[in-house]
Amino acid sequence: MVKVEALIRPQRVDEVKAALDEIGISGMTITEVRGTGKQKGYTQHYRGAEYTVNLLQKVKIETVISDTDVEKVVAAIVGAARTGEIGDGKIFLSPIIDAVRIRTEERAENAL
Amino acid sequence: MSSFGKIVVRIGSRQAMGWTLLITLLTFATAAFAQDAAAPAAAAAAEPAKPDTGDTAWILVSAALVLLMTPGLALFYGGMVRGKNVLNMLMQSFIAMSVITVIWITIGYSLAFAPGSPFLGGMDYVGLNGVGQETFTLNGTAITIPHQVFMFYQMMFAIITPALISGAIAERMKFSAYVLFIALWSLLAYMPMAHMVWGEGGYLFKLGALDFAGGTVVHILSGISALVLAIMLGKRRTERSEDLRPHNLPMTLVGTGLLWFGWFGFNAGSAIAAGGLAGNAFMVTHIAAAVAGLTWVLIEWIVLKQPTALGWATGAVAGLVAITPACGFVGPMAAIVIGAVVSLLSYGAIKMKGRFGYDDTLDVFGVHCVGGIWGALATGLFAQQSINAANTTGNGLFYGGGMTLLSKQAIGVVIALVLGAVMTVIIASILKAVMGIRATADEEDAGLDLTQHGEVGYAGPASGGEPIGAGHGASHGTPVLQPETAR
Repeated sequence: MVKVEALIRPQRVDEVKAALDEIGISGMTITEVRGTGKQKGYTQHYRGAEYTVNLLQKVKIETVISDTDVEKVVAAIVGAARTGEIGDGKIFLSPIIDAVRIRTEERAENAL
Repeated sequence: MSSFGKIVVRIGSRQAMGWTLLITLLTFATAAFAQDAAAPAAAAAAEPAKPDTGDTAWILVSAALVLLMTPGLALFYGGMVRGKNVLNMLMQSFIAMSVITVIWITIGYSLAFAPGSPFLGGMDYVGLNGVGQETFTLNGTAITIPHQVFMFYQMMFAIITPALISGAIAERMKFSAYVLFIALWSLLAYMPMAHMVWGEGGYLFKLGALDFAGGTVVHILSGISALVLAIMLGKRRTERSEDLRPHNLPMTLVGTGLLWFGWFGFNAGSAIAAGGLAGNAFMVTHIAAAVAGLTWVLIEWIVLKQPTALGWATGAVAGLVAITPACGFVGPMAAIVIGAVVSLLSYGAIKMKGRFGYDDTLDVFGVHCVGGIWGALATGLFAQQSINAANTTGNGLFYGGGMTLLSKQAIGVVIALVLGAVMTVIIASILKAVMGIRATADEEDAGLDLTQHGEVGYAGPASGGEPIGAGHGASHGTPVLQPETAR
């Protein structure tokens, strides 16, 4: 099993979710996050005073999938989230030791 | 006068400020009841005219409108601070509704409006003695509404004025010190200023300086005091961080709407009658606010390429401030100029803040003091006696009146600036020495909602964090909201 953590632009959430739905990935957790990376901040003006915003709004999508689905899922997320500009985000993949479905106590991939 | 002397003596000789105030107030309340028996004799001497129902109805409504400005101000300010300080910001306005009401009915109204010296009223109306349902005369003018109605209409002005100061000291002042500050400031700064401008035999009234609804009394006085207190208090700990951005501008815009709405009572009500003059004040108030909001947005469009919601709101309030002293004396074309110019001046003043490095957090000086000064001087430029016959000083400079009125307006401005600054330095210095006026660094970081009030405006991360060290004893099942440092 692999955990996919995708950090994407907030305005691409619907597209990414739809793309994952299409390939049969329906379980996911979505969090609004702030972060900083290659995309530098921008300035906002309040009563003429400049505020540089360095921590930018992103959305984190987390989903745990079986090893065989990895490339399919990555391709779906990249396809839906990419604009080609700096700030499109990142995908992190990590191994998962086990999973438990609380209702039935099913384990591992059966719990996904 | 002797009783007023007591306040000053007590402040100097005893150090427990909170008790001093309470004891002082109670003393006056008791004195007032004792005098009750003597007062009706004077009132009954001349049979007063019956109140005019139309005028009375309008001032009743106006009083409610002006009161609504204080919650409006609370929202206007509340939206501009960080989420962890929102309740404290709101409370700094709302608590004025309680504190100033007690002061006003016990002694404040008397100090402001009773006959006395040219600089401060006497004790005739202490405890609202002799302030009843009858009409009365003020500075030779027959007031056609019950004295009581006039009294509580004016009370609403006394409430909002110290609350205006709170914007400059946002997010860092100890709440107990704030409450004592506004109480003392109301007594020592507002009452003398109100008496000089509007009270029986007031110095500026007799001089012929014009202030229809409170440009000097409300805006210059509070604006300069706000600047002085902000400097004495020092900057907030974190400056220029993106986290200092306003947390809820929709709240600020709702507050702007309520302020504008309430301002019709503030300005048009200041005619103290329902008639043509109230209508004129209503009209020019609306015009100045509209033009000032538009002007501010145009400045931003040119300078920043984008019109901001906060900019529009700031401009609208600046326009309302500037027209306040002028609204009973100037016409609609003058209102356009007053509204346009105030946005240019206030915008410039706010930019200046960055250069001088003081933390007038929500720009009370830039909007209220600068706007108030412009409004007071503009009255000396644009006043027309044809609009208000009660203006016996003369036309403004642009209407052939020469420098006479303008110079008197300038005297009013200077008196308000000096009185506000001096009283603020005195009161804040005493409070600083006796109890401290600033929240601790830990309290400031954790947010004033949690550390001054023990509650939060919003559950979750927006409320800020728990103070460092909070949560002792939580393992025993006892929720600990307040840190040790807050006590």
